Amino acid sequence: MSSEISPKAKPVKTTGLHVGDPVPGVKKVDPILVADGVKRTFGGLTAVDVEHVEIPRNAITALIGPNGAGKTTFFNLLTGFDKPDTGTWSFDGKPLAHVPAYRVARMGLIRTFQLTKSLALLSVMDNMKLGAKGQSGENLFRGLIPAIWRKQDTEIEAKALDLLGRFKLDAKKDDYAASLSGGQRKLLEMARALMSDPQLVMLDEPMAGVNPALTQSLLDHILNLKEEGMTVLFVEHDMHMVRHIADWVIVMAEGRVVAEGDPHSVMQDPAVIDAYLGAHHDADLGATDTEHVEAMKELIDDEQ
Amino acid sequence: MDWGAIFGNAVVELISPTTAAYALAALGLAIHFGYTGLLNFGQAGFMLLGAYGYAIPALKLGWPVWACVLTSIVASVIFALILGIPTLRLRADYLAIVTIAAAEVLRLVFTTNTFQDVTGSANGLSEYQAGLLQFNPFPPGRYGFGPWIFDNRVWFFLVIAWIVVALAAVFTWLIMRSPWGRVVKGIREDEDAVRALGKNVYSYKMQSLILGGLFGTFAGILFVLPRAVVPSYFQPSLTFFVYAILLLGGAATILGPIVGSIVFWVLLSFFSGFVARAVEAGWLPFMTQVQAGQLRFILVGIAIMLIVVFMPQGILGNKKELAFVK
Repeated sequence: MSSEISPKAKPVKTTGLHVGDPVPGVKKVDPILVADGVKRTFGGLTAVDVEHVEIPRNAITALIGPNGAGKTTFFNLLTGFDKPDTGTWSFDGKPLAHVPAYRVARMGLIRTFQLTKSLALLSVMDNMKLGAKGQSGENLFRGLIPAIWRKQDTEIEAKALDLLGRFKLDAKKDDYAASLSGGQRKLLEMARALMSDPQLVMLDEPMAGVNPALTQSLLDHILNLKEEGMTVLFVEHDMHMVRHIADWVIVMAEGRVVAEGDPHSVMQDPAVIDAYLGAHHDADLGATDTEHVEAMKELIDDEQ
Repeated sequence: MDWGAIFGNAVVELISPTTAAYALAALGLAIHFGYTGLLNFGQAGFMLLGAYGYAIPALKLGWPVWACVLTSIVASVIFALILGIPTLRLRADYLAIVTIAAAEVLRLVFTTNTFQDVTGSANGLSEYQAGLLQFNPFPPGRYGFGPWIFDNRVWFFLVIAWIVVALAAVFTWLIMRSPWGRVVKGIREDEDAVRALGKNVYSYKMQSLILGGLFGTFAGILFVLPRAVVPSYFQPSLTFFVYAILLLGGAATILGPIVGSIVFWVLLSFFSGFVARAVEAGWLPFMTQVQAGQLRFILVGIAIMLIVVFMPQGILGNKKELAFVK
C-alpha cells in the first residue's frame, strides 16, 4: 500500500475477460459475481429483468445506461437492500439470494450509495472505525469492558489513519462528517468501505456531484483498488470516466442488459446508441434528451 | 407569602426519589432517542410494567425482592420484543405510533375491573414494600438536615434510587464509548449506511430498545416504592414529561437526563408552590386554587416549546452538533 497516488496518464486495462463473443450475458473467464434471472417489478413496472450476467474478477466493470434503466435497483438487489421477485445470484460461488444486506457486506461485498451516506454527527474517524469488520467491542456485553476491545480498536484506528491519509482526509479526522464538503463525503464513504477489506466494491455514481479537481484523485483511488486485487463495479453517467478506467462495460436499458464489451467497442454497439437515444433517434421528433445526445456525439467523435 | 416554604419544598425535589426515578426513565429514553434514534413514546408502559411487575408478586405471592425485580425485568423484555419485532424493520415513526398505543393498552388493562383481584383496578396496590424494608439500615424516625427532613423509609428509597441512577449512568457511559455505542450512534444517523457496513441493524435496535426499556422499568419500581401504585400515574403525559426532561438536559448525553430531572422537578415544585400561594394572597384574582394546580402543567408545556425552539441541544448538549442539524 503506497500512500502516494501518482496520476496515471493511461491506466492499464485488463483484457481477455470474456469467453466467446461479447454479447449480453457473455461468460467470463473468472467471474466473481453471477446473476441469473433476477427480476424485480414495482406494480406494473419491470425495473430489473436480467437474464444472466457475470462480473469479472479483479477488473473494473462499469454499469451504464440511461436514467430509469434499473442500475441502482439492480445494485440494491445484488447487495440485499431490496428483494427480487425471482432470481438467483452468487458471489464468489456462494449463493446470495435472500441473504440480508449486512451478511452480504460481511462476505466482502461492500457498496456505497448514490446519495452519499456519511454519518453526519459522528466524527470522520468514527465513521471509518465503523467500517471495520469483526469488532469484539460491538457486542453489548464485551463492549462494557474496554480491556477486551482496546487493542483491536487501536489497530483499527491505525488502519483508518492510513486510509484517511491516502484520501487526504487525515486533517479532518476529528471533525463531524457533517462538516465535510460533498466531494469529501464521497471520499469518506469510499474510504469507509475499504476499512473492511472487501473483495468487491460496488460504487453507485461515485462521481456525481464531485468537482473536477477531485475527479482525478477519485479515479486514481478506483484504479488503485484494482491494483490491490479488488474488483470494482460502478454505476456512472460520465462517459469519459467510464472510457478512461473501465475494463468492461455492461449496458442496461429498461431493466435488461442490452450490451456488454470493452468500453471502446461497446459504445459503437447499435443497441447502446438505441438505448441512449431511442430506437428511432434518426427520426426527427423535435425535442430530444440533449444531454445524452451531446455525450454520445462526443464519444463517437473521440473514437474516430 | 411564605417564601421559605416555597423554596424549601422546591429544594426537597433536588434529591427526592421521584426525581431519581424520572432521571432514570429519561436516561432510558436517551439510549432510545438520543443515541439510537428510536422514537419510543411508550416509556410510561415500561415504567408501568416495572411498577406492577414488582408490586403484584410482592403483594399477592409474597415473593422476595429479587424475584419481584426479576419479574419486572422479564415483563419489560417481553414488552420490548413485542413492540420491536414488528416495528423495528419499519421507519422510526411507526415505532412511535405503536409504543404510544401499546403503553395506553397496558394502562387500560391494569385499570379495568376484570382483573381487580390482581391489579387492584383503578385503586391500584399498596403496602408491597415490606420485603424491601426489612433491609432498611436507617433507624426509625424522621431526621435530616436543612429542608431535607424525611423518615427512615424515604431515606432508604432515596439512597437506593440514586445508587441505581448512578450505576445506570456509569453503565450508559461505558457502553456509549465502546464500539457498540459507535454502531448505535451510526444507526441514529443513517441505518442503511450502517447496514451496508455489515452490522445487523435490527439486532442493535432491538438491544437498544430492551436496554432503554429496562431503565424505564427500574425507574417504574423506584417511582412507586415511596407510594402506592395506581394505573393513572402511567398516562401518556408521563412519557412526555420524561421527554421534556431529556430534551431539557440534552438528548445524547449521560448527565443530561439527571440534570434535566433535577431542574424539572425543582422548577415544577417552585411554580406550583408559588402560583398556589399567589392565588391565596389574591395576586391572581382571575384564578381559583383548582386552576392554579393545573397552571404548572401549562408552564411545563411552554417550557418544552421554548427549549426545542431556542435550546434544542439542552443544558448539557454539544453546541457543535447544532450547527449541522437541519
